[in-house]
Amino acid sequence: MKELTYHRADDAASAVALVSGDPDARFLGGGTNLVDHLKLGVTRPGTLVDVSRLPLDEVTELPDGGLRIGTNVRNSDLAAHRAVRRGWPVVARALLAGASGQIRNQATTGGNLLQRTRCVYFQDVTTPCNKREPGSGCSAVGGYGRYNAILGASESCVTTHPSDLAVALAAVDATVVVLGPDGERRVPMGDFHRLPGDRPEQDTTLAHGELVTAVELPASAAARRSTYRKARDRASYAFALVSVAAGVELDDDGRVSDVRIAWGGVAHKPWRAEVAEAELRGRFVSEESVRAAAEAELAAAVTDEQTAYKVPMVRNLTALTLTSLVEGAAR
Amino acid sequence: MTANEVTPDPLRSTSSIGTSLLRRDGVEKVTGDATYAVEHPVTGPAGEPPLHAWLVTSTVARGRVVAVDPSEALAHPGVVSVIDHTSAPRLADTSDRELAILQDDAIDFRGQIVAVVLAETSEAAREGATLVAVEQEATEHRSAFDEDVETYAPESVNGGSETDTLDGEPDEALARALVTVDATYSTPHEHNNPMEPHAATALWDGERLTLHDSTQGPRPVRGTIGPLLGLEEEQVRVLAPYVGGGFGSKGLPHAPEAAVAMAAMTVPGRPVRLAVTRQQMFALTGYRTPTRSRVRFGAHPDGRLEALRHDTVSQSARVKEFAEQAAVPARVMYAAPHRATTHRLAELDVPVPSWMRAPGEMPGMFAHEVAMDELALHTGVDPVDLRVRNEPEVDPDTGNPWGNRRLVECLRRGAERFGWADRPVEPRATVDGEWWVGTGVAASTYPMLWMPGNVARVRSLEGGRYGVAIAATDIGTGARTVLTQIAADALGCPAEAIEMDMADSDLPFGSVAGGSSGTTSWGTAIVAAAQQFRADHGDSPDPGVETTAASGQYADMDGHALHSFGAVFCEARVHRYTGEVRVPRMLGVYSVGRVVNPRTARSQLLGGLVMGLSAALHEEGWRDPRTGHTVTQDLATYHVAAHADVQQLDAEWLDDVDEISTPMGSRGIGEIGIVGTAAAVANATWHATGVRVRGLPLTADHFLD
Repeated sequence: MKELTYHRADDAASAVALVSGDPDARFLGGGTNLVDHLKLGVTRPGTLVDVSRLPLDEVTELPDGGLRIGTNVRNSDLAAHRAVRRGWPVVARALLAGASGQIRNQATTGGNLLQRTRCVYFQDVTTPCNKREPGSGCSAVGGYGRYNAILGASESCVTTHPSDLAVALAAVDATVVVLGPDGERRVPMGDFHRLPGDRPEQDTTLAHGELVTAVELPASAAARRSTYRKARDRASYAFALVSVAAGVELDDDGRVSDVRIAWGGVAHKPWRAEVAEAELRGRFVSEESVRAAAEAELAAAVTDEQTAYKVPMVRNLTALTLTSLVEGAAR
Repeated sequence: MTANEVTPDPLRSTSSIGTSLLRRDGVEKVTGDATYAVEHPVTGPAGEPPLHAWLVTSTVARGRVVAVDPSEALAHPGVVSVIDHTSAPRLADTSDRELAILQDDAIDFRGQIVAVVLAETSEAAREGATLVAVEQEATEHRSAFDEDVETYAPESVNGGSETDTLDGEPDEALARALVTVDATYSTPHEHNNPMEPHAATALWDGERLTLHDSTQGPRPVRGTIGPLLGLEEEQVRVLAPYVGGGFGSKGLPHAPEAAVAMAAMTVPGRPVRLAVTRQQMFALTGYRTPTRSRVRFGAHPDGRLEALRHDTVSQSARVKEFAEQAAVPARVMYAAPHRATTHRLAELDVPVPSWMRAPGEMPGMFAHEVAMDELALHTGVDPVDLRVRNEPEVDPDTGNPWGNRRLVECLRRGAERFGWADRPVEPRATVDGEWWVGTGVAASTYPMLWMPGNVARVRSLEGGRYGVAIAATDIGTGARTVLTQIAADALGCPAEAIEMDMADSDLPFGSVAGGSSGTTSWGTAIVAAAQQFRADHGDSPDPGVETTAASGQYADMDGHALHSFGAVFCEARVHRYTGEVRVPRMLGVYSVGRVVNPRTARSQLLGGLVMGLSAALHEEGWRDPRTGHTVTQDLATYHVAAHADVQQLDAEWLDDVDEISTPMGSRGIGEIGIVGTAAAVANATWHATGVRVRGLPLTADHFLD
């Protein structure tokens, strides 16, 4: 690999100053994805600024019942946190559905959101990829497509976002706290990742040098009654074929008063299924009603021979997830 | 030196054989003391540290190298040299085009070695490799193994078997059969991926090439690399004391071994280390070809087969032929008066396929045993009974009597232990929560293989101890341990008195650890040498006396059909909402002759079952037809079974002694565990769901409603 300069940041502000002032610099968190990229040549930074030891590793309960998660909280610690398991079970379950025990021990909260696609062409520098090398072309169009997107893709990129955690955070309307050279800003989870459009090299709406410092979770009844389910090619240690993060609140008649559905494995970002949510509000949850709602959302899906399976898979999994939540038997 | 050929007598007593002797090298392995191929502390004559080699590979599937520009690489700190086709040493023998690398500008597949970078550190070598500018000219290529691919008949298939066989009039018999099965079954590209990648440390001192290699056969490597480089065989020494798995991919030398040897020749006195990357292993170290098998059965309504055809097509490389013998097991499995088997190859611009655990039997028996399940459905005969009804009295292929065929007992014992009788006849009959549940069975088989030419040396040591030497290596199977047990019983001494000396090509000839032939072939040679030693030197030999003997053919292979058999039972659960498949329990029952070491045998059989399960559910290399490139080239995208996929798994064997095959009473066990396993899983998923999947792997998308 290319030789590079390594800095261990003393505080968040100086880390931001170092990276924002150097287009060739990158933040290093747990390194579970970036270090692979260094070896593969997917990215070749001149400078790494290690933020993994900054004291941003607390989980704090907020006065309004919400939760603030420091960016350096490890995935395994977050999944085991009592407040998370009680108030946002979807977050704990999404974390535990991801990676392996060793990787969860190493991976950070902010780093998890900033991991990059595992598209085989993105990770192979001998093949064209617009995300890795803008303008070079997309090899995944007409190539290996089993993990490709079915919603919100563009001609320039058909890949999916790999994070499980991000899908859960999208469902619970989390806010990402970001520090830049001009100070702090707060980004709603729905605006954090982006669709590829004609700039697939840009995964998120962050500017170069902006550092995720925390993620905030608002409390809600739907978040308390929430769960995450993931379908994959093996029982563990595999990225989602599709996944469903869902939460629901019922009114006194048992009708849906609040519902959150986010899908993983279907798009360049966690896909908040707002059409399906609208369909379900005010209705009873049943396999039929959820399937119909999911199908309304999936009317926009574009599939090919390799991705066609995702439509029935995500529809069925959404129906199972929501009906099991309502039965109170989320498994 | 030619050793006397001795045909051994059967072992009279077996006190060490049959015990679960602990692995002789277990402590070194689990404590990290075992040195693998690039870990040996090799230095030059004046203490020169090793150089590190990195491979530069082609990115077009066919064409030529126009120019290699090493200037940027050479400017990188630590890079010593870049070897390409214009500068590489000339090879003495270029007939094997897989190994004849860097001899001309031709590119025959994507991922072919086009340059080698040598550097003072591994990091500099790797970076140097990215800086070598290779200008390539692409010509039209064909790498897709699709339905309309042109095929030809090879002269013979892997293992030396006949390409085609024909008995009776199968087509006529199929046409008049009352019950028929006619279906095509496919298996994908599968990649061996042992934990230790292909790796070697090479040192050329001007006289001799020493290769610390990760190989299944030090002697076969010596016998290949010597002539390749224009050296006498004795000028090459190959050592492989610890090998982190092979599964066939290290059975034959591949291009990386040629590369590291050639690189070492360019820097006399300087060791060179090369570890192939995981990604490079998908192009350079062999793989299991995809197969398509059309299986046709014609049967009586009671399930007895009247005719069978197994016509298989697989892929071969334009640069070197490999013919997977997928239709061969159909020749011995079941009785049918009218039979035909054929093999055809599609010659493509792809890397060279090679051996992967049970080549031929694994993909062939997937097809054959799923077809049997379909016949069971069409005839209404229970799948276990169907196989019993088609049990042949003699080998259908040769007409020879069976040496030790106990398939029916394996099926019945397995059915009893598994609880087969409780199985609902109809598919899609059992639901447990979110899961459809079903069970399946398949038979397995693997031939007894004995390799000629093995030689062992027995020497008496001080204190009543014996040194036993053979060049063969232990690739993690436990060979070192079971050979110790065999030597102890052959000499009539305790296992603790045996010092095994192995894995060095300077020792007497040992054949490749492949084809489940190792214990059979090396063990027979050790018994021969031990018995001759006793004849030469008596029961109280002076320290230092020795006997070297080659084993003659023990087994009556011309007079008997010698095969192992087994039966695999499996429960599969298919998720009603997502189609995901899980296998909560699997049982294999085998007849493999006498088991030398129950601990290592169980590990071999379970390992085979796990690998078969992995092939059933996960494994699929995806070659991009546009570029000839296997894009699923790491273990994140080429899935193998994870721990969570492997649940209740058990293997047992019949109490067995094969008196014909070996003086130990044993046969090989390395491969049979993978055979039939994927078919058992496929049959269980059919029983769970009513959905018949005829191609591996059995991914969720097949079962979605």
